[in-house]
Amino acid sequence: MHDNGHNSTEHTVENGKKGQSCYQVLTAVFIIPTLAILFFLGILSTEQIKYPVLSTVIFLPIAGALFIFLLNRQNESLIKWSCLVISIANFILSMPLYTRFDKTTANMQFVERHDWIPSWGVKYALGVDGISVLFVLLSALLTILCVTVSWTSIKDKIKEFYAALLLIEGSMIGVFCSLDLFLFYILWEAMLIPMYLLIGVWGGPNRIYAAIKFFLFTLVGSLLMLVGIIVLYFNTGNSFDILQMMKTNYPYNMQILLFWAFFAAFAVKVPMFPVHTWLPDAHTEAPTAGSVILAGILIKMGAYGFLRFNMPLFPEATKALAPAMMVLSVVAIIYGAVICLGQTDLKRLIAYSSVSHMGFVTLGLFALNPQGIQGGILQMVNHGIVTGALFLCVGIIYERTHTRQIADYGGAATVFPIYSAFFMVFTLASVGLPGTNGFIGEFLIILGGFTASNLMGVLAATGVIIGAAYMLWLYQNVFFVETNPKLLGHGYGDMDSREILTLLPLLILVFWIGVYPNTFLSFMDASVQNLIERVNTAGQPQVAQQIIEVIK
Amino acid sequence: MNIPFPDLTPAIPEIIISMVATFLLIAELVAKNKSPLGYIGIATAAIVMYLLPVSRGETFGGMFISDSYSTYFKLIFLINLILTILISLKYIHKEKADYGEYYSLLLFATAGMMLMASAKDLIILYLGLELMALSTYILAGIKRHDIKSNEAAIKYFLLGGFSSALLLYGMSLLYGITTTTDIYKIAQYLQQKETTPVLLLSMSLIAVAFAFKIAAAPFHMWAPDVYEGAPTSVTAFMSVGPKAAGFAVIGRVFYVAFYNLQTDWTAVFIAIAILTMAVGNILAIVQTNIKRMLAYSSIAHAGYALLGVIAGTNEGLNAMMTYLLIYAFMNIGAFAIVILLHKGEEIKDYDGLAKSHPLVAAIMLVFMFSLTGIPPTAGFIGKFNVFMAAINAGYTWLVVIAVIFSAISAYYYLRIVMNMYMKNMTEEVKIISSLALSGAIFITVIAVLVIGIIPSLVII
Repeated sequence: MHDNGHNSTEHTVENGKKGQSCYQVLTAVFIIPTLAILFFLGILSTEQIKYPVLSTVIFLPIAGALFIFLLNRQNESLIKWSCLVISIANFILSMPLYTRFDKTTANMQFVERHDWIPSWGVKYALGVDGISVLFVLLSALLTILCVTVSWTSIKDKIKEFYAALLLIEGSMIGVFCSLDLFLFYILWEAMLIPMYLLIGVWGGPNRIYAAIKFFLFTLVGSLLMLVGIIVLYFNTGNSFDILQMMKTNYPYNMQILLFWAFFAAFAVKVPMFPVHTWLPDAHTEAPTAGSVILAGILIKMGAYGFLRFNMPLFPEATKALAPAMMVLSVVAIIYGAVICLGQTDLKRLIAYSSVSHMGFVTLGLFALNPQGIQGGILQMVNHGIVTGALFLCVGIIYERTHTRQIADYGGAATVFPIYSAFFMVFTLASVGLPGTNGFIGEFLIILGGFTASNLMGVLAATGVIIGAAYMLWLYQNVFFVETNPKLLGHGYGDMDSREILTLLPLLILVFWIGVYPNTFLSFMDASVQNLIERVNTAGQPQVAQQIIEVIK
Repeated sequence: MNIPFPDLTPAIPEIIISMVATFLLIAELVAKNKSPLGYIGIATAAIVMYLLPVSRGETFGGMFISDSYSTYFKLIFLINLILTILISLKYIHKEKADYGEYYSLLLFATAGMMLMASAKDLIILYLGLELMALSTYILAGIKRHDIKSNEAAIKYFLLGGFSSALLLYGMSLLYGITTTTDIYKIAQYLQQKETTPVLLLSMSLIAVAFAFKIAAAPFHMWAPDVYEGAPTSVTAFMSVGPKAAGFAVIGRVFYVAFYNLQTDWTAVFIAIAILTMAVGNILAIVQTNIKRMLAYSSIAHAGYALLGVIAGTNEGLNAMMTYLLIYAFMNIGAFAIVILLHKGEEIKDYDGLAKSHPLVAAIMLVFMFSLTGIPPTAGFIGKFNVFMAAINAGYTWLVVIAVIFSAISAYYYLRIVMNMYMKNMTEEVKIISSLALSGAIFITVIAVLVIGIIPSLVII
């Protein structure tokens, strides 16, 4: 049963208007002072930051979720507003990560360390470096947009929905910040619970199948990684400390096995070919907010896992297996793109395009050169922004028309002019038009791909061409051609200010990264350099490594 | 002849429990309202729990030992007892089974389990085992007018009697070889002797008998029928208590008496563990009755706990004990929710529960995820602990098998969550709540969550 499908359009419009006036009043009374106070507390204070930034951005949403659980479920607007305020506050509180991040070092920053389970040597250890910091910020930003886009489209079990959303935010930020494998695993798995509910409860018609498939695929992968984690623990002198593991050299055969164990978890999340089949179902059936989180953050966690664990922990295995990984990536790029050509469902098409785009990301990572890895990380951010935005767009139009079939559209540009302009920008960013962020990422990756192997570079570049084909075909069929009579006569309105505000930040980011990527690339320089050294010097005898150290 | 009076201090917990059980049996004759008897049982268990740390040592000519190992198990038994009584108070009244013997038998069974955990001699072990078993046979059939309950009791009795016979046979062979029934002396004796086929036979017979008690495959056949037929509160009690007691004696007998045969019994238990996880998890998928599903799930959990035994280290033993404690909370919690629903035995009864009773559904969700072993719940800590011990002992391949079955288990636990949250209500769900039942649910859910976040509370 899909509850969203049965409300008359009139009702939706009315709700929208009510939401509007409510919006303005509450903005003035409530939001502005709160934000102002937080702003002064967080950013403008010239002194040392007074709060543990990472713990705050992890636990504020979790505490917020508990707070929402305690609210009266009848009071829907209070639930929504508290969720919005919490997510905005969290974004503001995460700002020091942007303003005070030291870009010159590859060391972990904002580190927090406390004992947690002494008998197992588990620590509550948090920190970010150039690889993870952007994802923390992206998670905080996308959550706000998820709240605003769900404002009128979620009508059932509102309390649980917003609580689940905040729980997801807290745990996914935690995943990016963990410096302790045990903590990482806890958060990595804990996130499955609200995500499973998000897809299964508020999703489309086939949501139960999609939710279970998503959960089981991910769980199998994660559990294999768990075995790997325990093996790693005993070979690191009973420690879960990731930084210590990065300094340990494991025997080659063990590295290979552990690589596959971690690969199982991350490949499912990315998702890499051939374990990608959960993604189209989950993306298609999830509610808009769920799709945005899946595309924006969750699948990035897989690629992040490769960067954080597989490469620095098992460098020799990484070098040995990189060709295989690159082949899998190229297969995903081309396969995902070709499948897109045959899709009739808007969301499913974008979902399959994710498979293709994430193929680019893993290709860049396993090219194992600075361009490739930087491009890979940037493309992760880009994909989060662009695909997130595309899912938001689909959600916005679906709320009006209740159909995702491409054939049901046509000539939408005349009906929704503002909307079509936004969609155009994101389409072109997805294609990788110069001037948008997609271009920078794909360019770097293909550059890295060519450096590693000409064949891979060529094959990846064909993926870009097919990508342009399906995205432009999609845009043409939805927005141009002859106006579909189904779109007329319902009085569908164009985007309202809430929806424009939702998409605007992403639009700005598309051009910002497209025009001046250095703002973001500069974050990762030092960390990527460090990572590549770690991979390249691995396998050399200790003495040689020491000599290199001295030369440096 | 002058027989010195034995030092009773180490056995005080057992003595108190048995005396109160006897008292309840008599008091039942005059008590009109049976609930106070239950409260007496809870109070007794609480007092005994408080006395556990002081009652240490050996007594009865070295036949009875109270050490940290037995104390931990007794803690599990007492928690099991308290929670079971809490969930029973209203339920057995509703099921028209509120005979005073009910509480008395629960206490007797607990005394039997405690005796098993403390047995340093095979005779005491057998005594405890029979006390526990006979009491639970009757409890399974306490719904006298219910044909399914009768069936459960007779089935449990026949198969239980069969396993007792095997145990006795194994023990008598062992006595024949070693000329003693003292577990520690058997160990000393076996240290000097070669392994003989008869010794292996006796070891296997004892292993089989204990496998019956923990409901490990292929000796699990009784569990689903008995769990389904018995009153739900008794099922909760049986799925935790006798299982934990079985593990307690496995630890004592195999780690001490058969220390020298470790390679042999490890092989036996590896086979049993793999089979148990396979049977439990795969058959649970097709169940439509939640009690049967939980029965198969409890079979599967015995398989995970066995990994700790297989590790063959102290660490493994500790992991197994922690696992059972955590299992007690989450399993009784799940059964408490089954009792809470007026009609909650079929899985489809849970359709749309999240809509009508959001809090109940949320709590059940916690138990289901905990049984699956998803963090941040206690179930994850239990599994993680066991896996860690097994990997440290070099059984990585076995853990890989275990995690694959663990992933399979997600399917049937999540099905309950799915029914609660993602399906629509077919008919109005009524809940029958009482203060005691809510208390039990509150205790278990808090325990599951707190242990999940602060595992230092339980890991040894």
